[in-house]
Amino acid sequence: MDEHYDVIVLGTGLKECIISGLLSVDGKKVLHMDRNGYYGGESASLNMNQLWEKSHGKEKKAPETLGSSRDYNVDLIPKFILSSGLLVKMLLHTDVTRYLDFKVVDGSYVYSSGKINKVPSTDTEALTSSLVGLLDKLPLRKFFIFVQNYEENNPATHDGLNLKITTMDALFKKYGLRENIVDFIGHALALYLDDSYLQQPAHDTIMRMKLYADSLARYSKSPYIYPLYGLGELPQAFARLSAIYGGTYMLNKPIENIVFDEEKKIIKVTSEGETVTCDKIVCDPSYFPNKVQKKGKIIRSICILNGPIPSADKKFESLQIIIPQKQVKRQSDMYVGVMSSAHCVCPKGKYIAIVSATVETNEPEKELAPAYALLGPIQEKFVYISDFIEPIADGTADNVFISKSYDATSHFETTCEDVMDMYKRITGKDLVLTVHPNILKQQEEAGNQEQEEQ
Amino acid sequence: MNNNNKIFQFKLVLLGEAAVGKSSLVLRFVRGHFLDYQESTIGAAFLAQTVCLNDTTVKFEIWDTAGQERYHTLAPMYYRGAQAAIVVYDIRSEDSFERAIKWVKELQRQGSPNIVIALAGNKLDLAAKRKVETAEAQQYAEENGLLFMETSAKTSQNVNELFVEIAKKLPKTPTTRPGSGRVAIAPIDNGNTGKKNKCCN
Repeated sequence: MDEHYDVIVLGTGLKECIISGLLSVDGKKVLHMDRNGYYGGESASLNMNQLWEKSHGKEKKAPETLGSSRDYNVDLIPKFILSSGLLVKMLLHTDVTRYLDFKVVDGSYVYSSGKINKVPSTDTEALTSSLVGLLDKLPLRKFFIFVQNYEENNPATHDGLNLKITTMDALFKKYGLRENIVDFIGHALALYLDDSYLQQPAHDTIMRMKLYADSLARYSKSPYIYPLYGLGELPQAFARLSAIYGGTYMLNKPIENIVFDEEKKIIKVTSEGETVTCDKIVCDPSYFPNKVQKKGKIIRSICILNGPIPSADKKFESLQIIIPQKQVKRQSDMYVGVMSSAHCVCPKGKYIAIVSATVETNEPEKELAPAYALLGPIQEKFVYISDFIEPIADGTADNVFISKSYDATSHFETTCEDVMDMYKRITGKDLVLTVHPNILKQQEEAGNQEQEEQ
Repeated sequence: MNNNNKIFQFKLVLLGEAAVGKSSLVLRFVRGHFLDYQESTIGAAFLAQTVCLNDTTVKFEIWDTAGQERYHTLAPMYYRGAQAAIVVYDIRSEDSFERAIKWVKELQRQGSPNIVIALAGNKLDLAAKRKVETAEAQQYAEENGLLFMETSAKTSQNVNELFVEIAKKLPKTPTTRPGSGRVAIAPIDNGNTGKKNKCCN
C-alpha cells in the first residue's frame, strides 16, 4: 500500500462517491477509503436490523410485526430526484444510469390550510386546482404562461423587465399574486426552503420553476424519480464507476493520522499502520472536525406505517408533501416523503414516511406535529437529529476539500451544486455535464464490438 | 429479429477471489479470445452476450467486479437483482474455493430468492497443479443446488457450455425483475445513446 495517489477520498457518502467517480474517469489515480464496513456513510439505506440497532442498541430485536429485515432499505437522508435535475445529468454524464433502476414517484402535494393538495404546475392545472381560489386563477394562469415562455437570452419574453435585477417579490406583485399562491410557488414549485428568495433577482426562481415543470413533463405523474432499493444505491453505483476507471476501494479503514508535508507538497495518510501519500484529499466533514463548523440542526423522523397515508390518494405508492413554512408558522419548510414496496424499500403492505425539517426550537420533535397529523397511525418511529456542517475554508490553501453535510431540502440540487463546486476547486475546471468523452469512447467500443458480432 | 424467438434478458454477476479468471471467462465467452496476462479489470466492466436455446434467446447482461473484490469491497448493489451468478475459483487454490463457498452463502442470504448460481472451477488447463478435487466441488454444488463445471478460459473448455446451462435453468417468465413500471433515464437534449437491438443469427 506504499503508494502515491493523485487524490485520496475519505468517506463513501454520495458526494464523495460522485467526485471519486468523476476524478477516476478523468484519469486521476484515486484511493477511496471509509472507516465503516459498508458504503454510503450518511447516505446509506439501512435494513430493519441496522436501523433498529442504531436507535435501540443491540440487545432488543426489532419486533416481528415489522416484517423481514432484509426487505427494508430505509434512507437516513430522504430526498427525491428531480427528473430533469442535476443528479440525472450527472448520472447520464457518467453512464451510471445503467447500474440503477428508477421509478417515478406517484404524487407531489403541498400543504395548505390544514390539508394537502396536489401541486398545480401548469396553466391548465392552475384553473382546475382546488388550491387556487377563484380570484387567483386568472393571475396565476397568466404568470405560468409568462414563466413557460421565458427564455433567458430572448428579451422579448421578459415582459419589459430586467429579471436579473427585478426581485421575485416585485414580479409576484406585478402579477397580482396573493400570499397563499406566492407561498406554494416559492416552496412547492421553486422548492425554496425559506423566503429569502423573494428579495433575490427573479431569474433564479423562474429557472427553478422551469426545472420543476420540465421534470414533471418527463414522466407526467410527478417531477420526481427514485431508485429501486433506496438512495443508498446511488453512492454504490458511483463507487463502481470509480472502480471501473481504476479507483481502489477499501472499507473498514480507520484513519489514524493525516500529516501535511509542506516541503514536498504532499499529504501523508495513515490507516492501520500503513502510510500512503497524495496531492489532494476529498472527504466528508467527519474526517476533519477541526476544519469544519456547525450551521444548525436537521431533524429527520422515519415512520413505519401499516398502510397508505389517509390524507393522500390511497392508490399512490410514493409521494411527497411539502409543508410551506408560513402554513405552520415556521421560518423554514417541512417535508414528508412516503415510499413503499413499489420501490423495494420495505415489505409489501408497509409504508415508510420520512419527515424532515430544519430544527427551529428546543423541542424539535414537537415541530413535526403537523406532519405527523397527516400520516395516520404510526407503527414505529425512528427520530434522528443531526448537525448541518460546513467546511471553514474552500480547500484551495491546504488541498483538503470537504463536502457540506446533506441539507434539509427534499431533492438533490444543492447536493449536486456542492459536488460541482468542489469539482471546480479540486481540478480548477468546470464540470461540463454532457456525456464524458472517456465514457463516449467506451460506449463506442462496446457498440463496435456488438456490430462485429453481428 | 426475423425469427419468432422470444428474447429474455438477465443480469449475471461474476464473483470470486481476485485472479481466479473471472474476466477471462467473460472475455472468452463474449469475445472469444484469451490473454495470458489479462490486466486487472479496468474500463469495460459491463458486457452483453446472447445464448440461443431452441425456442428462446437469452441475453446476458454481464457484470464484472471492476476489481472491487480485491479488498472485499464489492457493494451489495453489484449482485442486487441479479438472476444469475457465476462463482469462480481456481482449481489450484483451496483458498479460492473457500472464498467461493463464502460467496455462495452471501448470495443465498442477500441475493434474489430464485437466483441461479453456477460454481466454476477455472484454469482446468492447469489441472496438473490441481488442489481442489472435482468430486469435492461437485458434491458441494449438488448439496447446495448449484450448477457446476470445471472450465478453462484459456482453452475455452466448458465456457460456452457453462453459460448455456445457466441459460437453460433460468425461468423464462415475462417479468424477471421486481418493481414493474421502471422508467428509462435518457438524455434530455439529443437522445442518441446508440443502443442497438440484436439477436443471434
